[in-house]
Amino acid sequence: MATTAIDIKHLKMLARLDLTPEEETKYSKQLGDVLAYFKLLDEVDVTGIEPTSHAFALENVWQEDVAQPGFTPEEALMNAPKKRAGQFAVPRVVEE
Amino acid sequence: MELFNTPVATLSEKLSQKEISSVELMQAYLKRIKAVEPKVDAFLSYNEEDALAQAKASDERRANGKTSGSLDGIPVGIKDVIAVKNQPLTCASKILEPYVSPYDATVIANIKVAGGIPFGRLNMDEFAMGSSTEHSAYKITKNPWDLSCIPGGSSGGSAVAVATGMSPLSLGSDTGGSIRLPASFCNVVGLKPTYGRVSRYGLTAYASSLDQIGPFGRTVEDVAMLFKVLAGRDENDSTSFPAEVPDYHAALKASAASGEKFKLGVPKEYFAEGLDPEVRASIEKAIDFYKKQGHTIVEITLPHTNIAIPVYYIIVTAEASSNLARYDGVRYGYRSPNAANALELYSKTRAEGFGAEVKRRIILGTYVLSSGYYDAYYLKAQKVRTLIRDDFMNAFQKLGVDAIVGPTSPTPAFKIGEKTDDPISMYLADIYTICVNLAGLPGISIPCGFTKSNLPIGLQLIGQPYQEARLLSIANRFDAEHKLGLKEPKL
Repeated sequence: MATTAIDIKHLKMLARLDLTPEEETKYSKQLGDVLAYFKLLDEVDVTGIEPTSHAFALENVWQEDVAQPGFTPEEALMNAPKKRAGQFAVPRVVEE
Repeated sequence: MELFNTPVATLSEKLSQKEISSVELMQAYLKRIKAVEPKVDAFLSYNEEDALAQAKASDERRANGKTSGSLDGIPVGIKDVIAVKNQPLTCASKILEPYVSPYDATVIANIKVAGGIPFGRLNMDEFAMGSSTEHSAYKITKNPWDLSCIPGGSSGGSAVAVATGMSPLSLGSDTGGSIRLPASFCNVVGLKPTYGRVSRYGLTAYASSLDQIGPFGRTVEDVAMLFKVLAGRDENDSTSFPAEVPDYHAALKASAASGEKFKLGVPKEYFAEGLDPEVRASIEKAIDFYKKQGHTIVEITLPHTNIAIPVYYIIVTAEASSNLARYDGVRYGYRSPNAANALELYSKTRAEGFGAEVKRRIILGTYVLSSGYYDAYYLKAQKVRTLIRDDFMNAFQKLGVDAIVGPTSPTPAFKIGEKTDDPISMYLADIYTICVNLAGLPGISIPCGFTKSNLPIGLQLIGQPYQEARLLSIANRFDAEHKLGLKEPKL
């Protein structure tokens, strides 16, 4: 089966997922094989066929906008890897 | 028969007659876990104290004449992908290792209202991505019928816990066969409900257009008892369907008493190349049983079966790459200590937190959704999905078939390590189950026989949308006669 070439460095940037050089080589090969297998799809004619996003799509599901009890600040922060002054703490994102 | 391998209907009767208490029952399972769990590794964790406290509360309700129904005091094992308040939830991933759920999933709240005892965190493939439970970051669950084989996945722990009598019932989730495949490989009953029949609130999202929560049990009747408390509309899940929830257990018994006959479709594509001869023989025997019972058997065709695997893996990886973007180390879960800036916080946290199969699927999903490829892959797959769904609706509507019968998987359980580095070969184990998710239909796997080497074989029945009552009734006709799920693996 022919392998499809993929730009693994571009993909890992899009996915915000660091890969080691070994992983890059391995996944490039495996994903190339999988994409070649996906070529099976080329044989299917879908002219005039509508896409299905959900098997039984419900449309316009409405409900009253009523305030409900929610998490306390402690509950919302209970899984925070790092917190400070009742907030999630993260590395600086804006330059000084 | 000991308590741990007694069907739920009987346990429920014993509890209501006060022959046993819920605490005694829970103790029997905990004892069984201590004996069996070291051999099969089904649980990631369980909280003995909490389980016994819930059992005690059930006994107190009963003593005060305030029992909550037929599930009151019955333990239910939980796949580690469903939130239970103040319990860990890891999805068998390192990235969620420190996570504790701040709330109950709707299905858990429903089980608690019915008096059931959610307990334990059952092993799975990381984020439910896999067919073998080998992709757990913590342990490999073993098949109790052959400890050198995989139990199927991704809900391997849930199937094994029930198959070995460590829990009478359990919950799993099914995106492409993750309930039915392990049910088939472990000789238990597993139901994947119609898309939208059960609320997904509190289920960690994998592929949102396919995911459903469903029950495992040793008999169809047991599964029906649990399923009736799971199903129904939920304001917290806008995809949950508003249709009325029948009493599945009562419907199944009424159907058996009436002796009504059904029309069953046998898809010729499910008996094509790649089907193991022993599996084929067992399935044909089961179909013959239905025929002898007076049900009508017709051959049908589902012509897009083979194309379903690429369609499924495009849709599932696309949706997964999007859903798993939330694991960024900011609000919960693992955070890399090696990040110098915000970008590294995301990319290093994800690199260090996710396992190999999850990374593989995120990269593939990112590719099929990326600029220039969307139309060729994702959009095309969604269009072929329409054709797959039309195949089924054609059988149901034009041919008037009540259910479709065939094998759950082309082979019995395979060896641990056999397919871990060959994704396509692993994906083929799901060929008969993924179409059901793509079409949104209910499907059930029931035990129907064993190979010469004593590995279980599962029969899959696929029903019409929201017709789980009929599907369970049909499955029950075979199951009630054979009761293969009560057979115990020698450990």
